[in-house]
Amino acid sequence: MEVRVANVRKEFERFPALHDVSLDIKSGELIALLGPSGSGKTTLLRLIAGLERPTRGKIFFGDDDASQKSIQERNVGFVFQHYALFRHMTVADNIGFGLKVRHGPSRPPAAEIRRRASELLDLVQLSGLEKRYPAQLSGGQRQRVALARAMAIEPKVLLLDEPFGALDAQVRRELRRWLREIHDRTGHTTVFVTHDQEEALELADRVVVMSQGRIEQVGSADEIYDTPNSPFVYSFIGESSTLPVKVEDGQVWIADRPIGLSAPHAPSGDAVLYFRPHDVELLDGCSGCIAGTVAASRRVAGTRRVELEIGGERQRVEIELPVDHPAAQKSRVAFRPRRWKLFPAA
Amino acid sequence: MADPEIKSYEPHHESQSAAVTESLPVRLLLMAVAFAFLVIFVLLPLIIVFHEALAKGLGAYTESLSNPDTRSAIRLTLLVAAIAVPLNVVFGISAAWAIAKFEFKGKAFLTTLIDLPFSVSPVISGLVYVLLFGAQGLLGEWLKAHGIQILFAVPGIVLATVFVTFPFVARELIPLMQEQGNGDEEAALSLGANGWQTFWYVTLPNVKWGLLYGVLLCNARSMGEFGAVSVVSGHIRGLTNTMPLHVEILYNEYNAVGAFAVASLLAGLALVTLVLKTLLEMRYGAEIAATRGH
Repeated sequence: MEVRVANVRKEFERFPALHDVSLDIKSGELIALLGPSGSGKTTLLRLIAGLERPTRGKIFFGDDDASQKSIQERNVGFVFQHYALFRHMTVADNIGFGLKVRHGPSRPPAAEIRRRASELLDLVQLSGLEKRYPAQLSGGQRQRVALARAMAIEPKVLLLDEPFGALDAQVRRELRRWLREIHDRTGHTTVFVTHDQEEALELADRVVVMSQGRIEQVGSADEIYDTPNSPFVYSFIGESSTLPVKVEDGQVWIADRPIGLSAPHAPSGDAVLYFRPHDVELLDGCSGCIAGTVAASRRVAGTRRVELEIGGERQRVEIELPVDHPAAQKSRVAFRPRRWKLFPAA
Repeated sequence: MADPEIKSYEPHHESQSAAVTESLPVRLLLMAVAFAFLVIFVLLPLIIVFHEALAKGLGAYTESLSNPDTRSAIRLTLLVAAIAVPLNVVFGISAAWAIAKFEFKGKAFLTTLIDLPFSVSPVISGLVYVLLFGAQGLLGEWLKAHGIQILFAVPGIVLATVFVTFPFVARELIPLMQEQGNGDEEAALSLGANGWQTFWYVTLPNVKWGLLYGVLLCNARSMGEFGAVSVVSGHIRGLTNTMPLHVEILYNEYNAVGAFAVASLLAGLALVTLVLKTLLEMRYGAEIAATRGH
């Protein structure tokens, strides 16, 4: 099922949580809403679910306007951050709940509900735990039960709020791979919220980066990482270094020296240069480069991070060097970013 | 236990538990005082109630309980509780639901109002009804014209009892529901359940032990309420006398056995309530722990 969010605005007691957000989600896609807390990602998810109503704008499921439909009518599978399993029901009853509360002919007989519950437990690799209560399960197992329960109603869309937020790192990585497998097997259109960029980039077909109630960028992991379209995305996703620069005659300058980067389309004036610390080319001579003095150096796993002081203003910038690179010990290092981007100075 | 930082400042206390620094005699004395107090002020009166009730033998005891006026008082008390408790269950659940599950204007006011019967003397609660429904009261004329008797009749007693006991269920449920939040309900709704199914299958089971506990306390109080009921009842024997009022009448007539026989029933009710309450606390302590004590 395709989901289309069209110019949605959401206010909580006149305080805007989302400003004019639009997003197209393709059928069968696995999409991540990524952002820091307060960016509106959970609000957007709850709006799609129908747990909240938009102040303005519409949400379409396929061609249907779902904006005014209740959550029951929307038929979405929602997995809550803390799972919200019914503690007085067994695992099987939890999973069967959505079928049990149906009315009339759409409600399957009890035996069929039990059969469906076992099937789903097989799918989430928890067979044999039908009779357990949520309190008797580990965090990872609860997460799987919550997902099975959401899938039992054959939802049009699967929505997950911080699905791995409450789990430890090890279980997290396992469940991540497992969720991808389940998605590839069942093909549900899936939207999940996360503040963990590694999770979003690894798991999702497309990542929606959000900040302060707005969508900053939508794209594949490669697009988001390699061509961030705003200073926020550049600094939020992965690591970035910045330097204040000046653009003149299509050339990038630091103080009074050109640094060998040409920007023919950039407007002249002050700007900020963004690049990845590991995506730099080290140079020997310096005619058109960024040169600095090593101010600090630390070993990070397989590489070395050095902090350089650039120019008379002693602007600090971080780059990554191979461990055995002579420049790491040299007090003076010259480099040029391989991939970079200019944004107007704030 | 003392955290490491405190330990380093006070090395002398390291080997000793900080919580128990009193010597054995002091501890024994404290315990003795507590026990003596409870024996003198709680256990002894309880024993005396049963002792006096049975002072002239079992025959006199059962005879005084089979007195028609006494029987009528017992029936009335049961009737009042049978009306007041369900009413307060419904009210308590609605109030707790409203306060715990969503935001609205006047929420703080409602919360304060719920506590009102606890902070007002029961006699005043009774008087309010006299002012409202009495012959000279606000609605007195209208009621009289329509031939409705509230004061000095069963409706008045029920109203007074409902007023005095309504905080019990609500106050038990509000903190419990607040702690549990809306997550389970939202999950049920997202799975297609309607409001009623959500309440019946999810909310109610989540609070059932707290609810039972509240009902127990509410019941004990509605059977034992004296002050408010005394004001509105009119003390008509065989008609508007509840058990506590009947005890007073019998006692004032120097009918000690009769008075203490009825009192022993109330004391028995208290004991049963206490035992059930303790059992509930033992088994479902964690769920009830969220409540503020009474």
